[in-house]
Amino acid sequence: MTQWIDACATDDIDAEDLIRFDHAGATYAIYHAPDGKFYATAGKCTHEAVHLADGLVMNYVIECPKHNGQFDYRTGEAKRAPVCVNLKTYPVKVEDNRVFIQVA
Amino acid sequence: MTKRDYSLLGPDGARAVETGLAAAEWYHTEVPRKEMKALMQRSDSPAIRDTVLLYGLMITFAGIGIYLWPSWWSAPFWLAYGVLYGSASDSRWHECGHGTAFKTPWMNNVVFEIASFMIMRNSATWRWSHARHHTDTYIVGRDPEIAIMRPVVFAKIIAGFFGLPDVAAFIPRMLYNAFIGVHPTEKTFVPESEWPKVVRVARISTLIYGATIALALWMGSILPLMVIGLPRLYGAWHHVMTGLLQHGGLADNVIDHRLNSRTVYMNPVSRFIYWNMNYHVEHHMFPMVPYHALPRLHAAIKHDLPAPNTSIAQAFKEMWPALRRQLAYEDYFLKRDLPASAKPYREDFHLAALGAAPAAAE
Repeated sequence: MTQWIDACATDDIDAEDLIRFDHAGATYAIYHAPDGKFYATAGKCTHEAVHLADGLVMNYVIECPKHNGQFDYRTGEAKRAPVCVNLKTYPVKVEDNRVFIQVA
Repeated sequence: MTKRDYSLLGPDGARAVETGLAAAEWYHTEVPRKEMKALMQRSDSPAIRDTVLLYGLMITFAGIGIYLWPSWWSAPFWLAYGVLYGSASDSRWHECGHGTAFKTPWMNNVVFEIASFMIMRNSATWRWSHARHHTDTYIVGRDPEIAIMRPVVFAKIIAGFFGLPDVAAFIPRMLYNAFIGVHPTEKTFVPESEWPKVVRVARISTLIYGATIALALWMGSILPLMVIGLPRLYGAWHHVMTGLLQHGGLADNVIDHRLNSRTVYMNPVSRFIYWNMNYHVEHHMFPMVPYHALPRLHAAIKHDLPAPNTSIAQAFKEMWPALRRQLAYEDYFLKRDLPASAKPYREDFHLAALGAAPAAAE
């Protein structure tokens, strides 16, 4: 069953940045894109399970802090080696300046 | 005393996985997020400047060398060309492999492919071996890039200054990749989807070296090989000199880069050739920070690191006796003091990871 989880306030994340969000034993990354939209993905890189929260957001790309692998965080697409497996993404909505993510 | 098995398919690697030493979470100095974001920012201009300078100097030195050939007056120009070909290519390979040198991805990729060819590393294979080096830095049986294995074979280190072990390993592996396929040890860290690229790169390299040798035979002169191939031998000394200092004499099987990596202050010429990788603790702790920002990163976190070595000579003076002691006692390593402002080493964790107390430390 899917549910919307209140993850953070919109101003908790700087533009072109991300934060870590943990919920029910799972960890996520929530992004604030340069166009003002918010996105959410699985928190850990698909290469070596390093958390992406310390990574660098460049436009719509998140770069893993350990090996510099890159994903498009809007789609989860793996963009640069050493990552080969896409990142799981989650639906996001913003209500009353709060960011919600939909998790299974 | 622990006998180390450096094979990626051996028992040490398996034990590292079992004990959690492989793919572990490493110590990081705390840096405020805003400051780290500023340090990680990418830029094309420093790397474009340095690349134009590098390739411009290479063309100039090689051109004069060819013009003066076969006079001995050409020798200094070949030596200068050789260092740029056989040593600066190592740091360009490294930084562009990380994708941090340039902001623009294709620029990183172009310089990475050229540098990989010059330094005689299959660009497809080594991208992955270096990822493993960062995951499991100096974890025995996991890290495929351990430059100094214990017990130290000094003859191999000396030969390394002339590029001999690397070239001797590269040529058969290039031919194996080109004509047979991906080697079983490479399959432990290169994803299957990349195996065709490993073979393709090896075939292109084989073709270029074959053409160069054919040209040399046709001309009856080694001149073509002075330009392509041989500089990897006669110009290797600088990258070996700086590379040995990265981790030599320090700990293995630990998960704190302050224990297994070394930062050395160097002269500006060496820093240009080495692209600031003398800030090696900083690079391993934060591999997303581009080479041109490493001096700033060093300033930001040096309070938490052992004091840097003050010069290349001083670092060798520290490292060489440690390597000699490892001949008699393989578990020995240099443990540098931390400043009072630093967070202490996790002694308990590292002793557990090592499975034995380290030898006398300095």
